[in-house]
Amino acid sequence: MMVEKTPALDTFTYGALIFGIALVGFPIFYAIIAATLPIEEVSRVPMPLIPGDQLFHNIREAWSRGDLGTQLFNSFIMASGITFGKIIVSLFGAFSIVYFDYRLRTFVFATVFCTLMLPVEVRILPTYEMAANLFGPLQGVWDALGLNGLVSWFAGHDIQVKLEFSLLDSYAGLILPLTASATCTFLFRQFFLTIPEELCEAAKMDGASPMTFFWRILLPLSKTNIAALVVIEFVYGWNQYLWPLLITTDSKMTTAVIGLKHLLPSPEDPPDWHIAMAGALIVVLPPVLVVLFMQRWFVKGLVEREK
Amino acid sequence: MIKKRSYFKTRTLAYFLILPQILITLTFFYWPAAQGLLSSFQLSDPFGLHTRFVWFDNYISLFKDPLYLKSIVTTLVFSSSVAAVSICCGLFLATMANRALRMTTVTRTLLIWPYAIAPAISGVLWLFLLHPSYGVVAIALENWFGLDWDPLLESSHAMVLIVLASSWKNISYNFVFFLAGLQAVPHSLIEAAAMDGASPFRRFWTITFPLLSPTMFFVTVMTIIFSFFESFGIIHTVTQGGPGGSTNILVYKVYQDGFIGLNLGSSSAQSVVLMSLIILITVLQFKYVERKVQYTG
Repeated sequence: MMVEKTPALDTFTYGALIFGIALVGFPIFYAIIAATLPIEEVSRVPMPLIPGDQLFHNIREAWSRGDLGTQLFNSFIMASGITFGKIIVSLFGAFSIVYFDYRLRTFVFATVFCTLMLPVEVRILPTYEMAANLFGPLQGVWDALGLNGLVSWFAGHDIQVKLEFSLLDSYAGLILPLTASATCTFLFRQFFLTIPEELCEAAKMDGASPMTFFWRILLPLSKTNIAALVVIEFVYGWNQYLWPLLITTDSKMTTAVIGLKHLLPSPEDPPDWHIAMAGALIVVLPPVLVVLFMQRWFVKGLVEREK
Repeated sequence: MIKKRSYFKTRTLAYFLILPQILITLTFFYWPAAQGLLSSFQLSDPFGLHTRFVWFDNYISLFKDPLYLKSIVTTLVFSSSVAAVSICCGLFLATMANRALRMTTVTRTLLIWPYAIAPAISGVLWLFLLHPSYGVVAIALENWFGLDWDPLLESSHAMVLIVLASSWKNISYNFVFFLAGLQAVPHSLIEAAAMDGASPFRRFWTITFPLLSPTMFFVTVMTIIFSFFESFGIIHTVTQGGPGGSTNILVYKVYQDGFIGLNLGSSSAQSVVLMSLIILITVLQFKYVERKVQYTG
């Protein structure tokens, strides 16, 4: 905001802004240039800052060498699965917490809320074990109850029952553990609390069932909040690193962000930085486009999440 | 807890709606966390055949381990550098963008996109910029300052590389929050101060900056959480904790000791230490937010 005329300071402001934008943009600018150059140019010291004409060639090379088609598909499934799952689960959860009254309500809310303090980074191994065998905890119950004996008696011969259901190397494994979200539930709860009481009263008077109220009134009202969360959660899902790294061993199930590591030239290889940069550009493109095109909702969503 | 005056009476439906959330949190959050807590008190062989309850032995040997102590120092240096760089740049750019009235939206568009770039890829971009044989910055440093730049072999250079890659990604996030905070500062206060003859700099430091303190606190907490946990991708792609453990921050050490080294007890103890840390940060954050509410309301 400008209160008085300060020409010198204004010049400085615009100068600093342009400099700042250029500085922030430089890494990606440099990557774009590198992605358009042939190998002789990119390994020249210093690399020329004029774009070449090899962009499509490099992209094709990165695409086939890094198996980007498969990986981008996996990333897309994971990101959309997480986005959709988180929003649905949180919407239902917040609806239940705000519009119903039951004894465990506060307890349930606290349970969901405290997951804020348990990011995957602090429970790496046990979460992996859980995903490796979803029925692991049930096995303990099974053994403790001595059900093996019962089954053996029933079948007439010795049977050892092993309960096993693995999520490793599957889309369900990539998506499910990340669909619980304290922040989304909290955001929807805060929003539902601001909705006038009269709406629910009127709906009830008209004989609407809870689910009709949810689909016909609550959901349309939440549109902007949902749009904001779609942007944030899509970027979050696309950029996941640690969890996909743990849970996938099959190269057919890797995501693009992790797979990019294999395009990096090691000291023994020819310095194929132009291929690596072309690959990096493809992988960052989807989330960057989502953020730029949905900027308004994105900024609103980010700032609201603070409250 | 706050509730609606008018609500639905069907209890079964309410439980049914909350069920997915509860199932996921119990299966993937609370059960693993409890398991982690339990195994931090146990000593087991790498194959998991024998386990023994050892009370606090894992924690005691952890805090006697010079490598762990070094990792703590590394993490502190790393996260405070990231916080300093990304908060200063974010605040500076937001202040400038808030002054340049006609350019605010354009500036936001041009500064917002690094948020969408995965930490791991930010690491790759900066590795290329700072690469000892091909990076333009490395060459400039060598030609102009005669500095033998090599982040792949030199500890302090590797630290600079990951600090830059993490800060760069974080600037846009901090920028968005500072800009929103600046736009919420009442215009009348600034005008009144200007009429009293306060210079733009004085107005910034005596009015705007104090009013920004809640935003500042929030952004600092988020940056610290980011550098503690989400920077994992940068470390894993760029340095793998090296050279010589100089970028082995706590979260990477948990992964290395537990998932690669299969040292269950020590890794769980490290996880529990990190867990206590994030609980402390979250509690502090909510305490502060509550106080903020009391001030304004």
